[in-house]
Amino acid sequence: MSAGSSGMIESLHFASDDSFRLREMGFLPGARLRLVRRASLGDPIEVEIGGAHLALRHKDAALIQVKVTPDA
Amino acid sequence: MPDAQAVAQSPLIALVGNPNTGKTTLFNALSGLSQKVANYAGVTVEKKEGICHDQHGKPVRLLDLPGAYSLNASTPDEAIPRDVLLGRRADTPKPDRVICVVDASNLERNLYLTMQVLDLGIPAIVVLNMMDIAGARGMKISAASLQEQLGVPVIPMQANTRQGIERLRVAMSQAELPLAKRGEYPASLREALAKAHELLDAGETNPDGNALAGTVSLICSRERDAAAAPGIEAARSLMERDCTGWEENLVASQYKRIGELTRNAIEQPRSSDPTATDKIDGVLLHPVLGWVILGGLMTALFAMIFSVAAVPMEWIDAGFSSIADWIKTWMAEGDLRDLLTDGVLAGVGSVLMFLPQILLLFFFIGLLEDTGYMARVAFIMDRLMGLVGLNGRAFIPLLSSYACAIPGIMATRTIANPRERLITILVAPLASCSARLPVYVMMIGVMLPSGVAGVWVKVAFMLGLYALGTVGMFLFAWLFHRRLRSGNGSTMILELPPYKVPVLRTVLLRLWSRARVFITQAGTVILVISILLWAATSYPKPDAGDDTDRLTQSIAGQLGKQIEPLIEPLGYDWKMGIGLIASFAAREVFVSTMSILYRADDPGEEGTRPLQAILREQKRADGSPLFNAKTCLSMLVFYVFAMQCMATLAITRRETNSWKWPLFQFGYLTVTAYVAALLVYQGAGLLGY
Repeated sequence: MSAGSSGMIESLHFASDDSFRLREMGFLPGARLRLVRRASLGDPIEVEIGGAHLALRHKDAALIQVKVTPDA
Repeated sequence: MPDAQAVAQSPLIALVGNPNTGKTTLFNALSGLSQKVANYAGVTVEKKEGICHDQHGKPVRLLDLPGAYSLNASTPDEAIPRDVLLGRRADTPKPDRVICVVDASNLERNLYLTMQVLDLGIPAIVVLNMMDIAGARGMKISAASLQEQLGVPVIPMQANTRQGIERLRVAMSQAELPLAKRGEYPASLREALAKAHELLDAGETNPDGNALAGTVSLICSRERDAAAAPGIEAARSLMERDCTGWEENLVASQYKRIGELTRNAIEQPRSSDPTATDKIDGVLLHPVLGWVILGGLMTALFAMIFSVAAVPMEWIDAGFSSIADWIKTWMAEGDLRDLLTDGVLAGVGSVLMFLPQILLLFFFIGLLEDTGYMARVAFIMDRLMGLVGLNGRAFIPLLSSYACAIPGIMATRTIANPRERLITILVAPLASCSARLPVYVMMIGVMLPSGVAGVWVKVAFMLGLYALGTVGMFLFAWLFHRRLRSGNGSTMILELPPYKVPVLRTVLLRLWSRARVFITQAGTVILVISILLWAATSYPKPDAGDDTDRLTQSIAGQLGKQIEPLIEPLGYDWKMGIGLIASFAAREVFVSTMSILYRADDPGEEGTRPLQAILREQKRADGSPLFNAKTCLSMLVFYVFAMQCMATLAITRRETNSWKWPLFQFGYLTVTAYVAALLVYQGAGLLGY
């Protein structure tokens, strides 16, 4: 995904319960998110989901499968 | 003053909400100066209580619970709201009512916690805070629709400008608050959850709420309730067996409920113009500008600390001296007078002198937190801090430690992960704090007399010492990270909240409560240590003689001689040993102790020559200079690493809630200091210096 693009979460590929908090914060299949930017050193990344801006590390974000959709 | 008994019997209202919802601003607006800050028993989580008055003037007790994203706690901070609301904490009664503070601009995720709280069946009021930000994003929220669907009062609010406070006060004054409409868990899970509930046997449930809500919070929490741990394991394996994917299912069903709730209550713009926060982030998180601004701000901060704070520091120093002088003129000579002037005043004064620096740091840290910039600093620095296993939030605490480790360690509370927080606390004293500066300046001056080396050489040495401490800090952080690695690779989620104009009142209130912690916690320890050190340097009393005889014959002097074999390999004599012992209270005491010890032997006119010149002339038994380059270097390296600050140890004890970690910190840093100084001195010897 490139900065500024949006998409819809398809699935989360975390080991057992690492993804529970992410889900609680709205990272659910079907939710829309937008990649706002990457930090200048490439990691972490900032995503916007449901009005919140959250930073995730690359290793965690890589486990979230997103289908990129063109902006409406 | 309200009658104490009436207050104790008045209803308890808890404020619950996600972090960054303006919950504390609302709490401050309601309770004003009546608030008390303490710690919850057994954990280092702040407990903030206050008193406010309802519309009828009746007192109401307010409890500002720590911010949480969910009652399914994942950190010790989040376990507090869970346990308080479930009535599972011995030190806090179960609240009679709850105010759920919700960030209106981020409604769905905030409602997740709100729904969990409402399910518990405690009478509640929902506050939709930050309506201005939601409005700026083009969101239209119908509080009336939410109120109708939830069944509890919903009040739009802008706590920072006090809009909506009166409506809240009116709602709080109602004798009876309606209960929320009851929510249900998915039918597929209900049966298994009921079995899990029985297995867990977590005490009586609230008949007004969803009977299973408490059980769900307990079994879904990553931060387990120790008392219920065996039951939780059994309940979880039962759930795994009967309904695979039950946790995901629960979260999804909650969000489904929220989706239905907000469908009619919110109008979201399809696409909106960039908000003020987006525009500011475009600059502050810019790949190049972001670093320039961060660097500039931190440079300005340190310039302030070392220049502006210097003025009140001199006042405090002068103030303590003049009180001591005043006592000397009014009290008869004797042990008690010496105890007061040389022990209590000199000792406490030498540490309280740093209060202006500490207050300035607290003030800046508070501003960074309340504007939202703190999270951006963490975002920028996370990659670098991640190299040694820390997270971006450790950056500001560690940076603050270059002025003083105490505010640095106290600022680690923003690090959610307990392990990363502990590592940050443990390595913070490796940052060369301002109390080391007098020692560095003196020893570099002794090593490099002005005629021999230029200013730049001295500056280079000084920077080298700071670099050495920094390398040590990262090295130990990395080692502890390797050593304390816990099983579950935790996911870092860092929220970047909208920027806010800080409320001065909130910043000042927190500044005051932190300053009080420093003065009471560090102050008591410093007082005790100052008295002990004074006694150790004054007794037993010589029959005659001057200050030097007093010191050399004292317990500390004898101790200095006793440890001489231990410190000789580092190149020190017993007088330096006394200096080391005396500076365990505070590092800069080393300079004044050296002054007392060496000045008196000086054949020149007393007190007129600089100490550095006197030190340079000291000779060993074989006639070689005592303060040769390798001794000076060894001493400098010792001070880079050594944990010679009782006030910091007192704060570490408070922030880790045990004696184990301050003792470990003291131990590992002292051993490192010794070994490093030994390597420098002996290494230099081997190289032929």
